[in-house]
Amino acid sequence: MTGLGALIQRNTKLYFKDKGMFFTSLITPVILLVLYATFLANVYESSFRSALEAAGATVSDKVIWGCVGGQLVSSLLAVSSVTVAFCTNLLMVQDKITGARQDLTIAPVKSGTLALSYYLSSVVSTLLICFTTAGICMIYLGCVGWFLTAGDVAALLLDVVLLALFGTALSSCINFPLTTSGQASAVGTIVSAGYGFLCGAYMPISSFSEGLQKVISCLPGSYGTSLLRNHALRGVFAEMERMGFPPVVVEAIRDSVDCNLYFFGNKVSLRAMYLVLVSSIVLFLILYVAMNIRSGRKKK
Amino acid sequence: MSDIIAIDHLHKSFGSVKAVQDLSFRVKEGELFAFLGINGAGKSTTIHILCGQLSKDSGNVTICGTNIDEDADRIKRSIGVVFQNSVLDRDLSVRENLASRAALYGIFGKDFRIRLEELSRLLNFQDLLGRPVGKLSGGQRRRIDIARALLHKPRILILDEPTTGLDPQTRSTLWRVIGDLRKTDNMTVFLTTHYMEEAADADYVVILDHGQIAAEGTPLMLKNTYTGDYITLYSQSEAQVQKLGVPYEPIRDAFRVSVPNTATATELILEYPEVFRDYEITKGKMDDVFLAVTGKALTGGAEA
Repeated sequence: MTGLGALIQRNTKLYFKDKGMFFTSLITPVILLVLYATFLANVYESSFRSALEAAGATVSDKVIWGCVGGQLVSSLLAVSSVTVAFCTNLLMVQDKITGARQDLTIAPVKSGTLALSYYLSSVVSTLLICFTTAGICMIYLGCVGWFLTAGDVAALLLDVVLLALFGTALSSCINFPLTTSGQASAVGTIVSAGYGFLCGAYMPISSFSEGLQKVISCLPGSYGTSLLRNHALRGVFAEMERMGFPPVVVEAIRDSVDCNLYFFGNKVSLRAMYLVLVSSIVLFLILYVAMNIRSGRKKK
Repeated sequence: MSDIIAIDHLHKSFGSVKAVQDLSFRVKEGELFAFLGINGAGKSTTIHILCGQLSKDSGNVTICGTNIDEDADRIKRSIGVVFQNSVLDRDLSVRENLASRAALYGIFGKDFRIRLEELSRLLNFQDLLGRPVGKLSGGQRRRIDIARALLHKPRILILDEPTTGLDPQTRSTLWRVIGDLRKTDNMTVFLTTHYMEEAADADYVVILDHGQIAAEGTPLMLKNTYTGDYITLYSQSEAQVQKLGVPYEPIRDAFRVSVPNTATATELILEYPEVFRDYEITKGKMDDVFLAVTGKALTGGAEA
């Protein structure tokens, strides 16, 4: 493992110094912010208000905006954790293009060390950005309606860590065989454009057709989004229940914002969501290791 | 001198393309070894195999007494490589680049600072340490590439066309530093170049063509084998030169006579002393050797 620390430091510095790569990775979160700022926030606000008023409940602005804010925050963190991970991990492709990889492998560094350095530096960069984003999100929630406990915040941060690990493991497998800048930018564009929809960050999964919902329920990332939703909105729903809202109304809202996810009709528990996410991280990591071993054997 | 690199019957193909065919040669410790060939002759393939970056199909490669199949990492610690194009990280500073590469050889902290100080003095880049590599000129970047290759004090320095595109002053600095290192550290230099005047200074030359050795030997042996001598005659009339009965060509203020070897030149001088009043004898050049061996000329960066 000689040089692992130095390689992680190198990779992380390169990501933050490469303005192109850094700003590209922030495109998806920025799109989401623009969507919320222009119309999504108002759409959600009016739909929550009308749903609650139809159920005969009177709601304060703080609760409504706490709910809208919780949804924005969870969406933002869900897409950032994965799309940023993808972009930071493109360094492994860039090193092949620039020839830097050749210079690194001329040294007595094990291919496993190099592979691990890409993974860990990508996790570090992603977490640095996502924790900063989470901090800003907390300030935003504090302004519009704060209903979180310390436990909720800790759970949100744990979700971010898990999603960052998941996004990095997935991107490691997808980026590993890429060798040209064209391939890298294609992957970056597809992920940036598509992941927000697939994980239910732009629009709730519950608003999609039944068939699409079934497909999306097979994707582990959507469980990460749901975990974030649950932890970001738990306090708001607790407040609604405390105010005497009918549980059926609260449950309907939970369904509409993907706090409840259904796998072929069966409600998935929070424990199962964690299990899916952790298992997929482990699976993708095993696949990444296998790809590295295979590539090493091929070279020999 | 012992063999520091021994290659025996090396073969490497890419599909139907035979990049290297039955290549065998030795490099002695401390010598300047020139490995010549046009683009696509198999030089880079051989270098990549030597550096452990490419597998061979068959044959044996032994470097510093270690077989490449047995302990590639040990060999990597003995080799420093200056690539044709700079492969350092353009966005990182010179210090950051060298620190990240030194760490791969286990050189950290105080040891790194001492080595950096030595190299920056040797290659005169103390004032560039904080600058991003991407902002350096070609010559400055080359000096950093060499420093990177020398970080771990390798026994063999592989230079893959190190001076292509460099100004004469930087080329001269580069060769002075390498010359000093050869003297002080007995470092072996494995050079590929398109500049034949650089190959002329080598201790031993291998010329590769279509993945096979087309010729090898010391520059003198190659010149004697593949080229003749030239006698430049000054202050003589063309009629006098014609008396010699050998091919010649008029140049601006003299005539250049071609002879097959130095012995023939001596015979001519003894036979026609009145013609040889003001003259000089020169050996053929490495360009002539290369042209004679491969049928192609190398012209500083590309074959012609």
